[in-house]
Amino acid sequence: MAAITLEQVVKRFGRDEVIHGIDLRIAHDEFVVLVGPSGCGKSTTLRMIAGLEDLSDGTIRIGDQVVNDLPPRKRNLAMVFQNYALYPHMNVRQNLGFGLTIAGEPKEVVAERVQDTAALLGLSDLLDRLPAELSGGERQRVAMGRALVRRPEAFLFDEPLSNLDAKLRVQMRGEIKRLHTAVRTTIVYVTHDQVEAMTLADRIVVMQDGRIEQIGQPMTLFDHPVNTFVAGFIGTPPMNLIPARIAGDEIAFNDGQQIPLPDRFTALVTEGQSVIFGLRPDHLCPDKKQRETGTSLVEIPLKVHMIEPHGAEMLLHARLAGQPVLGKMYAPRPVAPGDQLTFQLALDKIHLFDAASGRSVTAR
Amino acid sequence: MSPSTDQENLPAVTRLFRRHHSALTPLLLLSPALLILLFVIALPMAFSLYASFTPYRMTRPDSIETFIGLRNYIRLIGNDDFWAAFLRTLLFLAIALNLELILGLGIALLIDRVTLGQRLLRTIMMFPMMFSPILVGFQFKFIFNDNIGVVNNALQFLGLADQAIPWLVDGTLAMGAILFAEIWMSTSVFAIVLLAGLFAMPRDPLEAAKVDGCTPWQSFRHVTLPFLLPFAYIAMTIRSLDVARAYDIVAIMTDGGPAGRTELLWTLIARVGFDNARMGEANAMAFMASLLSILFTWFLFTRLLAARRTMGGVE
Repeated sequence: MAAITLEQVVKRFGRDEVIHGIDLRIAHDEFVVLVGPSGCGKSTTLRMIAGLEDLSDGTIRIGDQVVNDLPPRKRNLAMVFQNYALYPHMNVRQNLGFGLTIAGEPKEVVAERVQDTAALLGLSDLLDRLPAELSGGERQRVAMGRALVRRPEAFLFDEPLSNLDAKLRVQMRGEIKRLHTAVRTTIVYVTHDQVEAMTLADRIVVMQDGRIEQIGQPMTLFDHPVNTFVAGFIGTPPMNLIPARIAGDEIAFNDGQQIPLPDRFTALVTEGQSVIFGLRPDHLCPDKKQRETGTSLVEIPLKVHMIEPHGAEMLLHARLAGQPVLGKMYAPRPVAPGDQLTFQLALDKIHLFDAASGRSVTAR
Repeated sequence: MSPSTDQENLPAVTRLFRRHHSALTPLLLLSPALLILLFVIALPMAFSLYASFTPYRMTRPDSIETFIGLRNYIRLIGNDDFWAAFLRTLLFLAIALNLELILGLGIALLIDRVTLGQRLLRTIMMFPMMFSPILVGFQFKFIFNDNIGVVNNALQFLGLADQAIPWLVDGTLAMGAILFAEIWMSTSVFAIVLLAGLFAMPRDPLEAAKVDGCTPWQSFRHVTLPFLLPFAYIAMTIRSLDVARAYDIVAIMTDGGPAGRTELLWTLIARVGFDNARMGEANAMAFMASLLSILFTWFLFTRLLAARRTMGGVE
């Protein structure tokens, strides 16, 4: 198991630069998730680590070794592909053992490691089946087994769960987390699903347009997004983002509504500054739940125009200063579209971003 | 007019058809095809089979009426010329198919890697298939001609040979020259089919193999080749039927000579049947030759089905 270091890594396809010099240190045994919308360069980054794509510039190190010019087979990494990429003509046993056989391991060792891995993943009864005879979830497990069996320096996962149905995805997510705890190892995991990122990662790397927007532990990203992109990307439902302006001790919205500017921001903003006001739906509630937590609240009347019941809670669509906002009701009671409700807005939970740069005013 | 009188006035066929309307319709609709098959294939085959049981000579038409049972076939068993041609055809098939497979695979792999001008190369690759085999035969007859042929000219010019090599006169060399022509003409069949296979191949397993530690050769051996096998078997089946009936190139280049050294089954059959007018015997040979083709097709199809099963396809 080894650390992986990326220094000023650049990737160009022809004249198009798709990765613009990224730096990333993945520690030994760490579970790092690269997340971002499609086309953000996360898969390309992973493929460069694997050696399936060349670097245009910069350095990638595995352990202490620079691997820029090392072919994939010499990097001792294992990769799980989105489409599983099983060898169709080999049964499960041969698929699992292929890497070891190629590496010239003795037959008994291969057989033993395949048995162990199959047992770990619940594949023992399927060893003689061909991939075509397996279900999606089983193929996924074989793909993971093929990676596990080789005991590589690190695992690379390229959107491994995106071809599974919702229920199986949750189940496999749990399985991957369990595996990481069981066989402590370095994992680099690519996904576009921020829920997967939040639930699995030790650290999340949020990418957009070939740049890293923010690196941090899941809750750090959730509580302290450095810019509007991360704020909108991490967390479901996404954070409400509404343009506003600083007016004295108040945050003034475009329609004239004002809320007090919390003290912690006073030194960070200037009079008249255009800002983006951010607040998660969890902290815009029309019921009493927030009051009990002892945060300072402001009341704000909003007209609800759509309701999304989620069982334990209810999402309320409303408008604030002409912008759509989401609120959350923790103790659902009958609400009809068109109702005017008094929402409690938690001042402690407000985020402010500079409107011009999109960066959080609290970020250094 | 009552319905019963209406029925009675119609022709018998129409009445029969109306009564069995639903049962007869499919047969009626199929009948043009069935009739064509009957007259074009089934009847000539039956006649040919019958003729193989007679001492039929085209110079004596009444000989078709003499039934001699299996005598033609029994004679074949002791006919050394026939068995020599049979074995030669078998060898010819084996060498041509294998060489064409290897060369076709090489061409397909190379063209698959080309990024610029690939379409043009694919078109150029198919040129040899555009010529009639008769013309290809003439072309190579001149190329391999011992006096005026390009090959001897080039060899002597380069100092690789000091005298004319009798390409089409020496038995072994002549067989080689015919093989060369056959392979030149038809390797692109393999190349096209295998290239189609390469295009259809998913890239993921190849990348998985790279990460799993495979060298390029190991990736090819363990991932690409198994995937291409069904395609190779399809091409081999097509080509085995093609090569087994080889006649035109041989007839033009050597006509089975010298002294029968390049005689293949169909040149022999044509000689016995048309030149020597012994149609009965020729028909018996032809049925034996068909057996060889059926055997090859059966063998290759079995392999094809097995390969497709393991590739996750359906039979």
